[in-house]
Amino acid sequence: MLDKFERTVIGVALLVSALFIFCLFYAMGAKKGNVTECLPYDKSYEDARVSQVDKNTYQVFYVARMWNFEPSVVYIPVGSEVDFFVTSKDVVHGFDISEKNVNLMGVQGAVAKTTVKFDKPGVYKVTCHEFCGTGHQNMQAEVIVNYPSK
Amino acid sequence: MHLSKPIRNIILIELFVPVLLLTIGIYHGLMQVIYRAGVIHQSSFAKLDYYQGLTLHGVINAIVLTTFFAVAFGHATIAFHLKKEPNYRASMLSVCLMVGGTLMAAWAMLMGKASVLYTFYAPLKAHPLFYLGTALLIVGSWVAFFDWVTIYSKWKKDNSEVNTPLAVLGTLVNFTIWFVCTLAVAYEVLVLLIPWSMGWTPTVNVSLTRTLFWFFGHALVYFWLLPAYIMFYTILPKLAGGKLYSELAGRIAFFLFLLLSIPIGVHHQFGDPAIGRGIKLTQSILTFGVAVPSFITAFTIAASLEYAGRKRGAKGLWNWVWKLPFFDKNVYLFGYLINGLILFIFGGLTGLVNASYSLNNVIHNTAWVPGHFHLTVAGPVFLAILGMSIFMTSQLTGKKIFLPKINTIVPYLWTVGVLIFSTGLMWGGLLGEPRRTNLGLTYLNPESELYNPYWVITTMLGLAGGGIMFAAGLLYFIVFFGTFLSKRTAEPVIDFPISEVYHTEKRVPIFDTFRPWLVAMGVILFMAYVPAIMDTLNNNGKKAPPYLPTDPAPVISTIEKK
Repeated sequence: MLDKFERTVIGVALLVSALFIFCLFYAMGAKKGNVTECLPYDKSYEDARVSQVDKNTYQVFYVARMWNFEPSVVYIPVGSEVDFFVTSKDVVHGFDISEKNVNLMGVQGAVAKTTVKFDKPGVYKVTCHEFCGTGHQNMQAEVIVNYPSK
Repeated sequence: MHLSKPIRNIILIELFVPVLLLTIGIYHGLMQVIYRAGVIHQSSFAKLDYYQGLTLHGVINAIVLTTFFAVAFGHATIAFHLKKEPNYRASMLSVCLMVGGTLMAAWAMLMGKASVLYTFYAPLKAHPLFYLGTALLIVGSWVAFFDWVTIYSKWKKDNSEVNTPLAVLGTLVNFTIWFVCTLAVAYEVLVLLIPWSMGWTPTVNVSLTRTLFWFFGHALVYFWLLPAYIMFYTILPKLAGGKLYSELAGRIAFFLFLLLSIPIGVHHQFGDPAIGRGIKLTQSILTFGVAVPSFITAFTIAASLEYAGRKRGAKGLWNWVWKLPFFDKNVYLFGYLINGLILFIFGGLTGLVNASYSLNNVIHNTAWVPGHFHLTVAGPVFLAILGMSIFMTSQLTGKKIFLPKINTIVPYLWTVGVLIFSTGLMWGGLLGEPRRTNLGLTYLNPESELYNPYWVITTMLGLAGGGIMFAAGLLYFIVFFGTFLSKRTAEPVIDFPISEVYHTEKRVPIFDTFRPWLVAMGVILFMAYVPAIMDTLNNNGKKAPPYLPTDPAPVISTIEKK
């Protein structure tokens, strides 16, 4: 059978894997990092809009299509918490806000959702990062966090 | 051993065709770094569009080259170790299907009728021949596999108490993974996409097609990798002048791959809607399971190399590293394999980032991902394929290597290139640089309002590394085709260097039988994938008609026209 070095190395490999898996749960628990929610789909998600839920909470319903996002510019006050919903009306699109680690796929007939808090003012670019046809490299939107400026 | 002429020729076709096509694949690799760095601000160059080139690059390098090579190497491995030639008719049918399918898909791509990238995500629509061609390529590889299974079963009947040679075991494990995972993509292509692209069915469930693709898509990377692993275990220690530290470790690693290669594909879909978080988390953790056989391999191979170094007179803790035959042109294959292993250290570690559930949000679909997988598929996989292709070509034609010194430095040059290239891409990815995007038109075009100066340095590193990789590729082509065209100097044979084993190990029956492992594989697969498929069926609320990459309006199907 395996000698003692090999048994040790398999043990170490398992321990290292366990450490990684612990980090993964730590990121979920303490850092609230998670992947998209899995929501049932209905047609209302194809209606692009911004809605204010209360003073500091917004919902933005994005519709991706070849080759733009709707709404293309969104203004959000500093300190707001924003729910992003993304769907597609045609091919698969990507939805990436790199600074906020928002990373979703826009798929026709389904809706991705994540929640982000914007503490710092700035222009956050939303980049389509899934190939969606010949105009793919033009597909970018903006979330402008500054409004109202007080 | 001697192989009959027809079988030799079949293997040589399977080596020659993909390397010939690779010239197109590598050309488009170079073109991409040029576009992306903003050297040119054009949608096409020399009448080939960026995304068309990207499709050619992905399909040729990642599917055509790897599948042809796996079959060619499989034929040679089975014949050499079991001392039995593959059946001529089966091998002929297999190679005809593969070449025919490849030609169909190549036609569709070169005509610009299939610029949908190698993932062919619906509802982007390609020409039906693109789907049919890739399906035939896959079916062709199955035919070769079925023949090997027959040969192996006969051999095992006569040798029931003898351990299956490790290389044969690895080949059979690899093609079992391949057969099972390609069933899903065959279903996707033949049942869902071809009727839909012909206009016979109006719409398709996009989430389902993506999930079926990734059922295949991640196992695919192990199908690329296992031939390299077979070389690491059975050939590399011998080339280094040593012995394989433990053969049993290799058997354990291969069977773990059999269990865990497929039920982890959802880790490519963490950003997808319509699939529940529980399934994603489960498959994320299973992905860490598949890292274990690679850890085992890293140890076993390092121990084997250390033994080789010490046999060559090394003293002290690390001196054995420098005793290895890095630049010996007589064992040039060592250079190809060792460089692949060095790249794979980084490739494996960056892969763990991708697999780590919510951490994946940082890098998903950014340039990080191609940065990572060029350290794996363009690392150990590609280098093992290049090295072994020239090795087998030289043996099967009985011709000497053309420009042996150049051949010896190719893998080193390539490795330097990949390291620079991947550093650029991964850095860019962390800054949000998207993959699969003609950056030169907008994000790297100072005249565009989307211009992003942060990605200048990262794409320039990509360009520098990509240029070096292209140069290494060019040198390889000179050596490969030069060898093909030179004069025969020896009898054609196939003779792999085979490592002896350092420990004498007893045969452990459980690691020399397939049945229980296949059952366990089925159970894990069922538990991991039935919920994922159910989710895509239940949560995808609307099916999609086909779209051409050039047009935001859907293609109107013939059904609607009536």
